[in-house]
Amino acid sequence: MSSKAVRTGAHFMSGDEACAEGGMAAGCSFFAGYPITPATEVAERMSIRLPQVGGVYIQMEDEIASMAAIIGASCAGAKAMTSTSGPGFSLMMENIGLAAMLEVPCVVVNIQRGGPSTGLPTLVGQQDVMQCRWGSHGDYEVIALSPDSPQEAFELTIEAFNLSEKYRTPVVLLSDEVVGHMTEKVIIPDSKKIKTVSRKLPKKKPENFIPYAHEEDDVPPMAIAGEGYHVHATGLTHDELGYPAINADAQERLVQRLIRKIRNHVEEIIRTEDAFLDDAEIILVSYGCSARAAREVVETARADGMKIGMIRLITVWPFCERKISELAALERVKKFVVCEINAGQIAYEVERCAGGKAETILAGFMGGRIFTPEELYRVVREAAE
Amino acid sequence: MKIRFIDAEAPPASRIFENLAAGHGDHPLDRYLKKGRIPHIWCSGCGNGILLAAFVKAMEKGNFDTKKTVVVSGIGCIGRAAGYLDLDTYHTTHGRAIPFATGLKLANPKLNVVVISGDGDLFAIGGNHFIHAARRNVDITVICSNNFNYGMTGGQGGPTTPLESKTTTTPYGCSEHPFNLVYLAKASGAVYVARWTALHTHELRDSIIHSVNKPGFCFVEAITPCPTAHGRRNKLGDGLSMMKSYRDNSVLTTELDPEETAIGLKGKIAVGEFVDIDKPTFMDMYDECAICRANAPKKSKKS
Repeated sequence: MSSKAVRTGAHFMSGDEACAEGGMAAGCSFFAGYPITPATEVAERMSIRLPQVGGVYIQMEDEIASMAAIIGASCAGAKAMTSTSGPGFSLMMENIGLAAMLEVPCVVVNIQRGGPSTGLPTLVGQQDVMQCRWGSHGDYEVIALSPDSPQEAFELTIEAFNLSEKYRTPVVLLSDEVVGHMTEKVIIPDSKKIKTVSRKLPKKKPENFIPYAHEEDDVPPMAIAGEGYHVHATGLTHDELGYPAINADAQERLVQRLIRKIRNHVEEIIRTEDAFLDDAEIILVSYGCSARAAREVVETARADGMKIGMIRLITVWPFCERKISELAALERVKKFVVCEINAGQIAYEVERCAGGKAETILAGFMGGRIFTPEELYRVVREAAE
Repeated sequence: MKIRFIDAEAPPASRIFENLAAGHGDHPLDRYLKKGRIPHIWCSGCGNGILLAAFVKAMEKGNFDTKKTVVVSGIGCIGRAAGYLDLDTYHTTHGRAIPFATGLKLANPKLNVVVISGDGDLFAIGGNHFIHAARRNVDITVICSNNFNYGMTGGQGGPTTPLESKTTTTPYGCSEHPFNLVYLAKASGAVYVARWTALHTHELRDSIIHSVNKPGFCFVEAITPCPTAHGRRNKLGDGLSMMKSYRDNSVLTTELDPEETAIGLKGKIAVGEFVDIDKPTFMDMYDECAICRANAPKKSKKS
């Protein structure tokens, strides 16, 4: 069934628009953003779509405010998102840390462009991968998903909402300009077939409720503003009641739990697309738009008799450590070739997890365009020699 | 990598609630404060406690629903006020209370959303958010404890530090012109603007009640003594002396143009209600411009 929020049917739309439709289908009712190329189309589509379902679209004064506003909206019970690109993503880092600390579900779409600084506003990059992981100060875990097509941008935006609600954590949809601006067929399923997840709400009465109690899965139920729970949420290190607790014990308990609630569930969170790993000697690792060229290279190289396999990271963070380590430990796996539009970001992760048991080669491109399959094929062929 | 964190078990629920209520309820207004949060962190002579009390009295006299009233604060001494109140309270990042509050209010317009923060938080790092929320006329109340310096970090100069005033970062006297918050709020589009000092507890309370009840962006400035930092460095005396100077120097006026209400290191302080106008809020206009039009029946092409 089609509804105002879910536009069931086959569409021809860009990756950016598909993100917005994914948000709508996930139940997003609040969007705050700031214009930035190449992510503006997400905001534009939301400005059309949200009023149709009685939701709120607001253009804030900058990305700092946008991020703060979606956290506030989420605390009031809304599913909330924002979208941006590199320069705006930098500004959002402060409050991404706040969302991690307050454990507020929200979705941040980053349509990556070439950097550093203003860089290449209209052209592609994949240079925000490590910023996405480590950009806000202090220790926290992050979940980031990377689509390789408009169809997947739609699906992963829903998934981003679901993960953020489940784990009470900000989730980044780490897309890129190529996927964002590419227009392809996007099939939006029947609204009944779309699985959406909502945060756990408190079952206890307010007087017995402990806002940051240590639950089995380390994700406490979230009390919504206006429901009588009178919670205090602070960016300061806090105890189980949410009260500020500026001491080492409270810090150990809180930060360990924030880390644990993601690390203990990595196997449920991590998704990859794998091909030919059964006999591969060389494994191409890619994500986002890079995977589109990588896929063709795998086909060509296979046709040429090379024993090549492929891992596409659908979940970029948390990183698929176990998969890489296990493959690296196999005698037959000689090399990982990581192709990404940056000077080496996921390549470092692969090298770390390979632990010297297989060689890691970076096929790095500085951005401005997606590399051709031929360019990548040359790197793969050298690796095979 | 093998990871070994030290053991850090959460205390059992019984221990979390243990002694939490000790002494709570001794004062009739304790019902507006969270259990186990008092004593507060503020210095003796500081006006923040007076402002918090004025807010709590506004809750009582204004008969505000504690379930529907939310307080958001930024960082700084007064930023801790949120954590003492038995309401839904959010202590956010430095300067970002207003956009956070904007999200809360727009996602649930039934909430009374009040921002309580300081002059540095709201007007230096958060200055841009203040003027834009006022411009949009988001239906929130912003209460600023203005103590003319950054108290939490030990008394540095800030956006309201008067010219020639001494602080730890203006040791020879402040060479920057300060903001006049009343004038700034009016120019930015606030529908209600008032200024009082920590001495004007009843007026503060009543301005807070009026602001919470009034639709639109309302601003209340509370001039607050900081004897520990700003007062001491400028030889303004202890908290009591600073309060006496407010008594001697406050000039109640509704006539003065907000442009004429700037505050110096010493001298007169114009207090009163300077703006009280009506105009549609952000949500009024959003409903009219966006929601209604987006859901209007489509015109047929023939018409």
